[in-house]
Amino acid sequence: MRRRLIPVNVVIAALLFILLSLEPDQTKPPAAVMERGKTVYTKECLTCHQADGLGVQRMNPPLAKTEWVLGPKARLIKIVVNGLTDPIEIDGDTFHNPMPPHPHLTDQQVADVLTYVRNSFGNKASAVTIREVKKVRAEKKS
Amino acid sequence: MKTIKWYLSCLVFTCMIVVSACAEENKNISDTTAILPAGSVNPGLTLPDGFTATTVAENLGSVRHIAVSSNGDIYAKLEKLKDGKGILLLKGGNATAVSSFGNYPGTGISIKDGYLYASSNSAVYRYKLNANNEVENPGKPETIIKGLTDRGQHNSKSITLDDAGNIYVNIGAPSNSCQVQDRAVGSKGQDPCPILEYAGGIWQFKAGTPGQEFKDGVRYATGIRNSVALSWNSSANELYVLQHGRDDLHRMFDDLYTTKDNAELPAEEFLLAKKGSNFGWPYCYYDGKQQKKILAPEYGGDAKTQGRCESVDKPIMAFPAHLAPNALLFYTGSQFPEKYKNGAFIAFHGSWNRAPEPQAGFFVVFVPMKDGKPSGEWEVFADGFAGSDEKKASGRVDYRPCGLAQAPDGALYVSDDNKGNIWKITYNGK
Repeated sequence: MRRRLIPVNVVIAALLFILLSLEPDQTKPPAAVMERGKTVYTKECLTCHQADGLGVQRMNPPLAKTEWVLGPKARLIKIVVNGLTDPIEIDGDTFHNPMPPHPHLTDQQVADVLTYVRNSFGNKASAVTIREVKKVRAEKKS
Repeated sequence: MKTIKWYLSCLVFTCMIVVSACAEENKNISDTTAILPAGSVNPGLTLPDGFTATTVAENLGSVRHIAVSSNGDIYAKLEKLKDGKGILLLKGGNATAVSSFGNYPGTGISIKDGYLYASSNSAVYRYKLNANNEVENPGKPETIIKGLTDRGQHNSKSITLDDAGNIYVNIGAPSNSCQVQDRAVGSKGQDPCPILEYAGGIWQFKAGTPGQEFKDGVRYATGIRNSVALSWNSSANELYVLQHGRDDLHRMFDDLYTTKDNAELPAEEFLLAKKGSNFGWPYCYYDGKQQKKILAPEYGGDAKTQGRCESVDKPIMAFPAHLAPNALLFYTGSQFPEKYKNGAFIAFHGSWNRAPEPQAGFFVVFVPMKDGKPSGEWEVFADGFAGSDEKKASGRVDYRPCGLAQAPDGALYVSDDNKGNIWKITYNGK
């Protein structure tokens, strides 16, 4: 009998291991949060930032793989809560439409939608908590 | 055993799908490559019988408006500088002989009475053309108008010139509907809207007087949110513009407008702008189904009430919502069949604000005109810029029509600001 250099079962085990370690769901936020976040996104964000999160040329910035979304959470929360009127630049492109403030969203809704955005469109980043939203809103009042 | 068989057949089936999908993709890729070389004929565009489109240039950058001189040179205005320059010259309409000048980005470009006019987002410049119709001094334009409002949003200073020495400039409103806080849910509309004093209309200046400022202009027509497409019609001796209507009705007023209403309201308006015309923005919008101006919800409207909007000027034609008319050209050539003479070609940039409903537009439309008024329904003239129905619906299109110009031989040029292509459409039918 011909001896294989690496036994078949080892190969299978290795393949399974690789497949499992590629599994992206391990750090993904709970489905319920993503679902709630998507509901807020569809109502409040989709028209401008689009279903694929890639925004609109010259007007509305993309939310996919940008430092504005994946970077400091406090800055991101501030933009959603207070809005942003200055044009922003991403990869040499300028986006002109204003981001309206969202005083009508609850802390929970802001946390949900930002967690959703930070984990959709190819993004993968830590969840935004209600406590973090509360902190930013408290700073605004003071 | 049965399970293994089932798995195997699934595996084979999946492979087949993958293989056929790859084949499909390859087919698309080769089609696209076939489209790409400049000079290719009918590059994926659909046109009426007898018309042919040729790609004369590609990947020039963000080409907004274009102008063609009597010797066939094409000038293209860039919205984003390329190698530090904002105007491209395609000598004799030839894409292999491109030079550039002008260190400002912008949209407007036009040729009139021996001058090339071009705009930045806050000023208008002009360059003298010599006896050979070439720009004499590309590095030293005269500044005709300066200091116009530029707050990013709706800042395209589209231009057109009449036959009496005047230039008309779009000063778009840096706002959606003049709310206290732009696009904020619950924020009221300002009444009166202070923006109308310095934007939201068309201003008239002297075409030949350098150094004019905003205060030297005359507010020619008001109540226009933004009009990237405008053109003087020499046969009617009137100014025509197309308005980009307001949007965001569902997000801000979901009790009055569904997502479908949001996609279908308001109509994009074709306007005959006379001196003193008022088309009602931000207080009013045009509902294409009800065929009347409706009071905007920021000003107490309920999607039906007209109120103060009964008396504002109406459009001469309404188009589906959010298609973004970006260029208007009255055809004066004799190459195209008789029905096109003095009619209007309109380039629609295509929508983004119909989401989550499918996007629309991305085509060039023709409107037959007689005595300065539409004499029939509008029809799609050139289509296929999107690339496919799926791309059109998602808004992730190949090309976005943005500029129009008429060649000396009567052909029609169309420009795109997504990749920077220019097509020449000619008629060779009998």
